[in-house]
Amino acid sequence: MSEEATAANQSVFNPFNIVAGVIVLIGIVLTVLRFTGGLGAITNLSNNNPWGIWISFDLLCGVALAAGGYTTSAACYLFGMKKYHSAVRPAILTAFLGYALVVLALHYDVGRPWRLPYPILYQQGTTSVLFEVGLCVFLYLNVLLIEYSPAALEWLGLNTVRKIVVKLTLVLTIFGVILSTMHQSSLGALFLIAPSKVHPLWYSTYLPVFFFISSIFAGLSMVIFESTLSHHYFHDKMDKTHLAESSHVTFGFAKAACWIMAGYFTMKVFDLSMDNDWHYLGTSYGIWYLAELLGFVALPCFLYAVGVRDKNIKLIKWTAFWTVLGIIVNRFNVSLVAFNWQLPSSERYFPHWMEIGITVFLITVFVIVFRFIVRRMPIFYEHPDYKGSH
Amino acid sequence: MSISRRKFLGWMGAAGVSLTVGQPALAAGNKHFTGYPESFGVLHDTTRCIGCRKCEEACNKVNELPAPERPFDDLTVLDNKRRTDAGSYTVVNRYDDIEGVDGPVYRKIQCNHCLEPACASACFVRAFKKTEVGAVTYDASVCVGCRYCMIACPFNIPAYEYNEALTPRIMKCTMCYPRLMEGKLPGCVEICPKEALTFGKRYDLITIARERIRKFPDQYVDHIYGEHEMGGASWLYVSGVPFNALGMREDLGVIAASQFTSGALASVPVIAGLWPVLLTGIYAVSKRKDKIAEQEKRQAIKATLAKASADAEAKVAKALEQADLKNKRLIEVEVKKAVEQAKANNAEEGS
Amino acid sequence: MEPVFFTLQDFFTFSKGITYVLMGIALVAMVAMWNFLVGRDEKHWPE
Repeated sequence: MSEEATAANQSVFNPFNIVAGVIVLIGIVLTVLRFTGGLGAITNLSNNNPWGIWISFDLLCGVALAAGGYTTSAACYLFGMKKYHSAVRPAILTAFLGYALVVLALHYDVGRPWRLPYPILYQQGTTSVLFEVGLCVFLYLNVLLIEYSPAALEWLGLNTVRKIVVKLTLVLTIFGVILSTMHQSSLGALFLIAPSKVHPLWYSTYLPVFFFISSIFAGLSMVIFESTLSHHYFHDKMDKTHLAESSHVTFGFAKAACWIMAGYFTMKVFDLSMDNDWHYLGTSYGIWYLAELLGFVALPCFLYAVGVRDKNIKLIKWTAFWTVLGIIVNRFNVSLVAFNWQLPSSERYFPHWMEIGITVFLITVFVIVFRFIVRRMPIFYEHPDYKGSH
Repeated sequence: MSISRRKFLGWMGAAGVSLTVGQPALAAGNKHFTGYPESFGVLHDTTRCIGCRKCEEACNKVNELPAPERPFDDLTVLDNKRRTDAGSYTVVNRYDDIEGVDGPVYRKIQCNHCLEPACASACFVRAFKKTEVGAVTYDASVCVGCRYCMIACPFNIPAYEYNEALTPRIMKCTMCYPRLMEGKLPGCVEICPKEALTFGKRYDLITIARERIRKFPDQYVDHIYGEHEMGGASWLYVSGVPFNALGMREDLGVIAASQFTSGALASVPVIAGLWPVLLTGIYAVSKRKDKIAEQEKRQAIKATLAKASADAEAKVAKALEQADLKNKRLIEVEVKKAVEQAKANNAEEGS
Repeated sequence: MEPVFFTLQDFFTFSKGITYVLMGIALVAMVAMWNFLVGRDEKHWPE
């Protein structure tokens, strides 16, 4: 509360508000352009390149990086790692806002956003991988909303409702892991239908497995990366337990991420061998593929291991950032770089600045809402009235 | 010659398979679908096409598409390679300088109306339908505009109305489905002056194509494009030059698009069925470990406490022995205190 | 009457449609079954 007061005393025009305000204003203008002029008005999408960065970043990366929700809650509630408890709420909040944002971003991308419920409620195209993705994302968004709700209910003082929700924790966690397994992998499976368009190095029948496994270490790394940022900006909001458990979470998650990345790397090599794609490694695509595999998988995997062995928290934090970046590289590679690789470069896609503008706008909205919530609701600390009642 | 047992069993197996193929709906393990038996198709003979663009004009007219930027009799349009777009369901391209051929070769592009359409498999609202006449139709009234069909189509056919703000549609050749229903020919077939397009039952068209290749082996490449590509299509092509010289991919394979995703989709029920078992199992194991740890802890505390009180009692006995009767009561009180103290200490350590 | 399918597409649409419904039922049923299984254990579920 005291912070509120000082904030009020300060000028509304602090740097954060100014930057965020400008981005939001631009975003609103772009939104108007999108819904008056169509996709053609603000994107470089074409008939050969129907999906751009709104799918590559907002959907594929957004969902992968929001995987911290299911990984953290599974570690804490299913695998019995209770020392990670204080990491669950920030991770669930990030996941919930992340998925909400993914769905919001899809409203810009699809032609008639008000029909987004059609595949679920009106006419089900059950043979489509996208149907599976849509159904799971819809259900999981609801699961995340309920999983997140105790924080809001404590803030609002609605104790009876909160009690019921908390009782559902286990069922929701299991359901969340099931739905996540399904749609994280299906995002990769989206591209299985177009073997003639995706570069053979990235095209693989293992694509769904790769997307699922990489989402796990993406989620773990995102939790580490985000907690680094949160410690910087919301340190005053964290209680003793959160601060005490924080380094425990960092080391534990780094260890897990390292080991899972080792498995992922192995699978990637097996895949090269299964499809006999070795001869592509000498091409320019091959060099870029190796850059991804060695630079963004093998390297961070090794650095995590060093960080864990040396108890080097700084190294782990940088590695987490690098891993997150690597996930973005991977999703872009599959959906943009490798996609339509046979077309001449003049027919390839490069995002329009206004497309990037919408994405930046949506990320800003995410940060604003996240900031609003953690400043008010018990995310980084336990509500005094509900201490130890989880 | 006697029939070996293995051979006999093999025949029996084959008989069984042919029986199940005869009744596609009842087929259990091996499912094989051959498409609508009486469906129509079009055979495009690229050796006859003269690139007049009449088909484009007719298509534009019968489908009430917007007027083109340049008129249909302007053949300089052919200088560029084009694809179908929101304003044109079909385009004709000209291919120059093909090895072994004097002069250009023309090829008409439109939806191939696959037997197992990738667009239909990809669509999450079932906007596409392979109809019994062979046409793959599109229903704009349910379309969300996700453009996954465009990702899926191996022939890069569906186009999107990118400049429609609120009601964008996928635009794609319908094989003139409405006209077929009225007993008319597709617009392009009707107008073609050189009979480069032949409309008919698909199986008849395959026979016709084979016949042409057989009769004029030096005029045609021995391949009917569309007979098997991506599981087969209702539009078929014969050509005097290799198909990839006409911008048609020859590396698509013969597997229908829906089979590329069916494996991944089949793993979804596996997750739904077995993940609850696995996850609840892991939960139960970790819970049980907690419980055992808890029990061991409690037992350790109990043992320590028991030992502490035994020690204390021994102390009492010793003290009593030494003490005078007079002091007995006083000592008892003291000892009791000590025991209490020890108990408290142990309890604290244990927790 | 058994439905007749001429295309793999129609068959998948039908079979996967039913499977999706069954998956929904199964997930609910599993929760009930687990509760029944551990119903007489000392307080174990939920939390």
